Amino acid sequence: MIVKAQLSRLKQTKGWEYLVRFVFGGVVTVLAGVIAKEYGAVVGGLFLAFPGIFPAGITLVERHEREKKRKKGLHGERRARLVSGVASGGAVLGSIGLVAFAALGAWLFGLIASWEVIALATALWLAVSVAAWWLRLRI
Amino acid sequence: MLTEFILRFVIGGLVVSLFSVLGDLFRPKSFAGLFDAAPSVALATLALAVAKEDALYAGIESRSMIAGALALLVYSQLTSWLLMRDKCSSLVASVASLPAWFAVAFALWWALLK
Repeated sequence: MIVKAQLSRLKQTKGWEYLVRFVFGGVVTVLAGVIAKEYGAVVGGLFLAFPGIFPAGITLVERHEREKKRKKGLHGERRARLVSGVASGGAVLGSIGLVAFAALGAWLFGLIASWEVIALATALWLAVSVAAWWLRLRI
Repeated sequence: MLTEFILRFVIGGLVVSLFSVLGDLFRPKSFAGLFDAAPSVALATLALAVAKEDALYAGIESRSMIAGALALLVYSQLTSWLLMRDKCSSLVASVASLPAWFAVAFALWWALLK
């Protein structure tokens, strides 16, 4: 399976959908900060992986797929849910990368410069997630 | 205090939007889905933590985040399972699976981090 990136796909997302993601992202980040302040870093850390924008994200995936099918004169309800389910399956693999991101942070913060830890952990998230996706295709 | 909230809101919103746009760009959808589990909130929060607090604080948050990420794995698997079996809409599946995230995250917190 070949991974493709196309800028034209961004036109499918409407302005209000970008706004919804921005607002959800902002609210979840503020809440994570409030929880950490109120209950401490140990409980606050849990919420760094809280699926706060997940419902909005996959609802938009379902909506886009349904609209695509409707333009072709099809109902597309079931197909849209399947595509959304496949995207959620991708998030399972991304979560493995997220575990690696957090583990590297737990190990390296305090040992090397914090900005280096953040950059390394992000690169590790991408590498582990893509490797997990590639392996999943072959199993 | 208000300035900090606004800063968190803007940085969080921007990072989440960036990863969402990356997810929109890619096909197949299984690959694009990786970006639904991107460390967007973590990046914004940890960057602010190291700028304001110290590396030790960020390290403690990261250690707990391992439990949160394992909970996210269970959550997204459950959401995917519900959708693949055509049980309900994406919104219902993703909201109905949220108790699973809380159960796994706090069970791990209670067993290992408390």
